[in-house]
Amino acid sequence: MVNKLEIKGLNVWYDEVHALKELNLSVRANEILGVIGPSNSGKTSFLRCVNRLNDLHDHFRMDGTISLDGQNIRELDIHLLRKRIGIVFALPLPLPLSVFDNIAYGPRMHGVKNRSKLLELAERSLRAAAIWDEVKDRLETSAFKLSGGQQQRLCIARTLAVEPDVILYDEPCSALDPISTLKIEEAMRNLKDSYTQILVTNNVKQAARVADRTAFFLMGEMLELAETGKLFTTPANKRTEDYITGRFG
Amino acid sequence: MIDSKLKEKIAFVLLLTATIIVIAPVVLITGLILFNGLPAISFDFLFSIPKDGMRGGGIWPAIVGTIYLMAVTALFSIPFGILAAIYLNEYAKRNWLTRAIELAIINLAGVPSIVYGLFGLSLFVEFLGFGASILAGSLTLAIMTLPVVITATREALSSVPRSFREVSFSLGASRWQTVRHVVLPNAIPGILTGTILGLSRAAGETAPILFTVAAFYLPKLPTSVYDQAMALPYHIYVLSTQVPNVSVKIQYGTVLVLVGMIFILNIVASYIRSYFRKKKTW
Repeated sequence: MVNKLEIKGLNVWYDEVHALKELNLSVRANEILGVIGPSNSGKTSFLRCVNRLNDLHDHFRMDGTISLDGQNIRELDIHLLRKRIGIVFALPLPLPLSVFDNIAYGPRMHGVKNRSKLLELAERSLRAAAIWDEVKDRLETSAFKLSGGQQQRLCIARTLAVEPDVILYDEPCSALDPISTLKIEEAMRNLKDSYTQILVTNNVKQAARVADRTAFFLMGEMLELAETGKLFTTPANKRTEDYITGRFG
Repeated sequence: MIDSKLKEKIAFVLLLTATIIVIAPVVLITGLILFNGLPAISFDFLFSIPKDGMRGGGIWPAIVGTIYLMAVTALFSIPFGILAAIYLNEYAKRNWLTRAIELAIINLAGVPSIVYGLFGLSLFVEFLGFGASILAGSLTLAIMTLPVVITATREALSSVPRSFREVSFSLGASRWQTVRHVVLPNAIPGILTGTILGLSRAAGETAPILFTVAAFYLPKLPTSVYDQAMALPYHIYVLSTQVPNVSVKIQYGTVLVLVGMIFILNIVASYIRSYFRKKKTW
């Protein structure tokens, strides 16, 4: 099987804080990789390296390599890289625009101007994010009028609209109720055929429900990576077991 | 319990008294100006050239001069101020150079206006040879207004949540696209408000225009930016100290016109602010 992402010897510092230590990890094409671990374990740092959002951080430093389809991401155009690797943030973050303009924002920035093409993209993305039926009649209303769960699925649709290969989720359900959470998880499962997905989550059960493989991070190190079923039934590492059974974290 | 109620009462009275003391001068000044100045206002007073050695009213050249000065000042200070603020807030890395520039801008805001006037005199009037002219005066006022425009713009830019920028970057937008399509549209109200307030302050300044543009008496309207012009603040100074036997009515009438113009600018600024605040969704 082809590896979509190849991470080798990744270290991350913010000033003197060593946030991520010697991470080696392969992400397979079309899998959902769950990443679990307590706060400050380096999960988010890892995600933000993959689409180079960390580059915006003044005190950020990294070494090691990340490759997308065998190409070092440092050698790719940063805007095209971020187009290929989308991210969904922890809080629903619609832009202060209408539902339609939120979806059209990304494609417009990449030069798509044709309105019917944008509409078609919007419909396809909203359907894939399982929110089309709820918003199809109010594409022109402000995205802030939607509920939190709808906003988050809108954000997923917005990410899809730039036609990425990889989607990163940074604790996407941490601000949502259980029903909305299920809808997002359902959307993720539906997206499996076309996208590689990495799900960072504080909710251990969520990883168990949707991830094919799960990695456990602790204090900047990846302690264990295994098929989800195996990790949750027979974890190799004692601390993984302690974490998933709720003894800490 | 009685004790805490008493304290509450004392605090209330104290705070209210302080507020009244603070607004009393404003009310008094405004009242005085309106009371003494309103009788002077007439079509002839506003729209004719000064009569009887400036004792008989007629302040049209000064009104026009002030408007011209504001327009040319805005032309210079608004674009440069906004662009510099965008650079400092959105592009510049946090290092010693940026901090030095920021410090310089803060200090620029604290320079006394007479110093700007003398600076304008030596640079624009003499060294660059513009002479005493609308151009020299406006450039001087523009430099004085720049720190206000830059600071107000930066505040407006900073008030746009960081997360909006991250969303835009994460979708592959460039920095300029992010500024242009996400940051600026949400910062425009704050930028406009701050800029107008900066201009309205400049409209009332006397010292910077004293040596750079203001004419003592010039019974015609300026026709180019190289012309001298009368201006309301300087005209008020002239009427109250340089020309003997000017009636109080005429003096206050002129003051009322200047204060009125500034007041209108400020009203526009706060209207823009409240209009956009109602539309703001985040």
